[in-house]
Amino acid sequence: MRAAALATPVTAAGKGYEPPSLEAFHFKSFFDFSVLGVQFHVTKIVTMMLFATLVIAIFFLAAFRHPRLVPGKLQAAGEIIYDFIRNSIAVDVIGREGVRFAPYLTTLFAFVFLNNLFGILPLAQVPVNSRIAFPAFLALISWVLFNYLGIQRKGFGPYFKEMLFPPGVPKPVYILLTPIEFVSTLFVRPFTLAVRLFANMFAGHIMLLVFISGTTYLLTVSNFSKAFAPVSFLMAIVLSVFEMLIIALQAYIFTILTAQYVSGALAEEH
Amino acid sequence: MIAVVGVTGSVGSLGYGLAAIGPGIGIGLIFAAYVSGVARQPEARGVLQPIALLGFALAEALALIGLVMPFVFGK
Repeated sequence: MRAAALATPVTAAGKGYEPPSLEAFHFKSFFDFSVLGVQFHVTKIVTMMLFATLVIAIFFLAAFRHPRLVPGKLQAAGEIIYDFIRNSIAVDVIGREGVRFAPYLTTLFAFVFLNNLFGILPLAQVPVNSRIAFPAFLALISWVLFNYLGIQRKGFGPYFKEMLFPPGVPKPVYILLTPIEFVSTLFVRPFTLAVRLFANMFAGHIMLLVFISGTTYLLTVSNFSKAFAPVSFLMAIVLSVFEMLIIALQAYIFTILTAQYVSGALAEEH
Repeated sequence: MIAVVGVTGSVGSLGYGLAAIGPGIGIGLIFAAYVSGVARQPEARGVLQPIALLGFALAEALALIGLVMPFVFGK
């Protein structure tokens, strides 16, 4: 009896604490339209995604519109981002040929980063990538990209032969290895790519919600527990800083894994 | 049987605890190896860091999948 009373302390208004649920990720559509019978709902999330696309496009276009030998502030900012992706991801992972993919990887990094960053930006305060559709589609693009490049480079048969029957393995091992390779390359790769990004953003958002809704709840409690509200608020701030790290890290990981899959598809038989 | 009946609330939270064991050990091992690698050869830091972060992300994903599952299959 006492334990139950402690577990759900009742506020002055008589309402207990409601932990954040999936409802936090559902937004009302404020603009509906349909094209060829397909329903489109424009929500806050979609608006933010379109805004991110616009910001990235304008930023990079403005940065590299009139490139100068001695870059201005904007060009320097654009060059720092591009150089980082080009040198430490594209060239390091894929090799010399990776320069060809640097523009895509830079766009991918910027898009994922900005859409994650909405999670801690005031007014936005929900990461776009906490809806599975966005990471899933990005993962699908990566999946199509590396398979297309592999087939283009080696031909359909040899590409799958190399993927399913890696050379230098005793024959009987293929009984075990081939199904594993098949599932891991064609199904697990895109799945984990999407779910990793989604789950990180989802979990981070839930974690922030727990402490922020906890703070507002503790402020309404009419006993000594009120004293813990500042602690909870401080925790929310600390976790926001931690989220900043995760946001950058996940954008980096998504890009580097895409580069790694591309490099695997392009690599010559060894 | 009695123990199973005795559990109330979301069983998913127990599942998350179990799901976090493996990645917890894994992330510990990854950073232990990274730290000792950099301690032995400080100039190798630049090479080791992306590898360590990559391993960290791969292991962490498992724990996060565990976190999301109760929401997906809850209730």
